[in-house]
This record gives sequence, structure tokens and C-alpha cells, in this order.
Amino acid sequence: MALSRTHDLHKRRLGRNLGVGLALAALVIIVFAVTVAKVSEGEYEPPKLEEGYG
Amino acid sequence: MTDVSLQSASGPQEAGFGDYFALLKPRVMSLVVFTALVGLLAAPGGVHPVIGFAAIVFIAVGAGASGALNMWWDADIDAVMRRTRRRPVPAGLVTPDEALAVGLGLSGLSVVLLGLAANWLAAGLLAFTIFFYAVVYTMWLKRSTPQNIVIGGAAGAFPPVIGWAVATGGTSLEPWLMFALIFMWTPPHFWALALFMRSDYDDAGVPMLTVTHGRRSTRRHVFAYTVALAALALWVAATPIGGPVYLAAAVVLNAMFLVGAWRIWQRDEATAEADSYAVEKRFFRLSLIYLFAHFGAILVDAGLTRLGVWAWL
Repeated sequence: MALSRTHDLHKRRLGRNLGVGLALAALVIIVFAVTVAKVSEGEYEPPKLEEGYG
Repeated sequence: MTDVSLQSASGPQEAGFGDYFALLKPRVMSLVVFTALVGLLAAPGGVHPVIGFAAIVFIAVGAGASGALNMWWDADIDAVMRRTRRRPVPAGLVTPDEALAVGLGLSGLSVVLLGLAANWLAAGLLAFTIFFYAVVYTMWLKRSTPQNIVIGGAAGAFPPVIGWAVATGGTSLEPWLMFALIFMWTPPHFWALALFMRSDYDDAGVPMLTVTHGRRSTRRHVFAYTVALAALALWVAATPIGGPVYLAAAVVLNAMFLVGAWRIWQRDEATAEADSYAVEKRFFRLSLIYLFAHFGAILVDAGLTRLGVWAWL
């Protein structure tokens, strides 16, 4: 017996994949927001170029 | 391909995302999030809102990871107890190996990200909390001593200290007072649960106080710890994290808590069975309100102090 497209198994897998995808997207957003917050608070200073460079 | 071959290839029941999320013990996570948030917001100074938000998320994920490790190790006793037999591992939805992988993966991720987002003291405290809950409590104390809940309660008491460390980069007396509140609250909370879950812990062979010392002794212990907790909670009102709102909440809630504990102590098993452990269940529900209200009051007082409302004190 072939599986229909709307089998419960497919729904669960789709739900799981969507859940993982959203969790990863949330992680990316949080890391990006933390980076912006840290840079805007002056916690990160880019290395200064040595005098006479170039 | 048939239904049978596909089902057998992917396990007896395919787990959904919610089943993996359930490994993280969301209800415990809500307590962790709230107490860590109070520790963070009650601390002097402050932290960038984005950093604070991220830190709370990572603390919650770390707490959830320790829950997954607990479910991995305790799958055998979870399957025996009525309260826990529907958890994802004993229910056959998630394999123990998957629970272990989720627990270890999220533990490492949460600690490293908290260290990078906030500071390494907070990350170290989170790592220690996960270790304490998963190894010291779950693997060692839970199956070996009736003091499992007393000592193991420390794991649940760390979040406000971590929140404070996120905001200040250090610790002081105040977060440890919040730690002490949760630490002293845990035994009466769980012993009340053990009283009305009746044979669960006997069946699982977990040496809860009800199993090793009997139910009469457990009722006495609930009252004794509640007296100690009330003394501590009222003393906290006179410390820097206390204030008028906290004092009012502590007086009312501890009076109610003491009355509940007194009733538990005075009852015998026949009376308790006759009303299906109504007093014990009410005490358990009150214990949840008790903790949220105490920490809510600390938060309100901290906010009002910052706004200068308590300047006249």
C-alpha cells in the first residue's frame, strides 16, 4: 500500500523540519543582534593599522 | 515501499518537534527563565537589553539541556512512575541516544554562547548548574539518598545567581539570598508532591523521604523545612533585595504556607486518602505561587527603588 502525500508521518517530519529551521533562524537572529549590540556599545575595536603601512 | 517498511525504518513512532521540545522540560524552564530574569534585573547597573535577552535564552536552553540529560539517564524509572511515563523517552517517541545527543549538544552550545554574549563567570556558573543537575543530582543523589531533593535543589537555585553574574560580571550577597530562597523552598515543594503521588517513588525504587523514612516523617519534614523557609524569607525582607512589596508578599505567603504545612503535619494517611490528598495538592499549588510571588516582589521592589519611589526609606 502506497503512502498518501498527507500521511501523518509526513506531517510530523514537516513539523520537525520547520521547528528545527525556525530554531536555527532564531539563533542566527540572536547572534546577529548580540554582535550589533556589542559593536554599538564599543566592546569591539578594530585593530589599528601600523603607521606607514601601505 | 509499504507503511510497514517505512515505519519500521524510522522507529515505532515518528517523533514530532514538540516531542524533542518536551525533553527540555518547558515547565521547569519557565521557572528558570523567571528567576534568572529577576536576578538579572535586580542587579545594580544593567546590561544591554539585547545581551540580557540573549543571556536569558541561553540560560533557558542550558536548563533545558540538563532536563534532556535527566530524561536520558532516568528513562528506566520514568517508565515506572505514572507522573513521568508519558515523557518522550519512556513513551518510545525519542530514543535515549537522541535525548543524550540533544542534552550534550545544547549544553555545550548554551554555555559557549552565554560566555560569548555575556561573560565567562555566568557561563561557568551555567556549566556547573548543568553538571550539578545531570551528574550530581540525577546520576548520583537521586538513587542513593533521601537527601536527593535537599542537595539536588541547589541546581534549580542557581539561575538568579547566573542572571546577576550576567548583569554585573560577579556575585555578591544578594543573588545568594535568592539562591537560598529556592534552595529552602525545594524540599517542601517536592515532598508535598511525593505525598500525593503515593506509590510512584516506591514503585521506581527512588529513595524519596516517603519511601525511606515513611509518610509520617515526611509530613514532619515538610513542616520543619517550611518553618526554616519562612524565617529565611522574612529575613530576606531586611536585606538589600527586600523592600515594602517583598515584605508584604512574604508576610502573607509565608503565613499561608505555614498554615498549609501545619495541616499536612497534623493529618494522617487515612484522612488524606479520604479527601484524595486535597491539602497536599493545595500546598503544592501554593508552593508554585509562593516562589513566583517572592521573586515577582523582588523584581517590583528593585524597579521601584530604581524609580526612586522607596527613596524615603
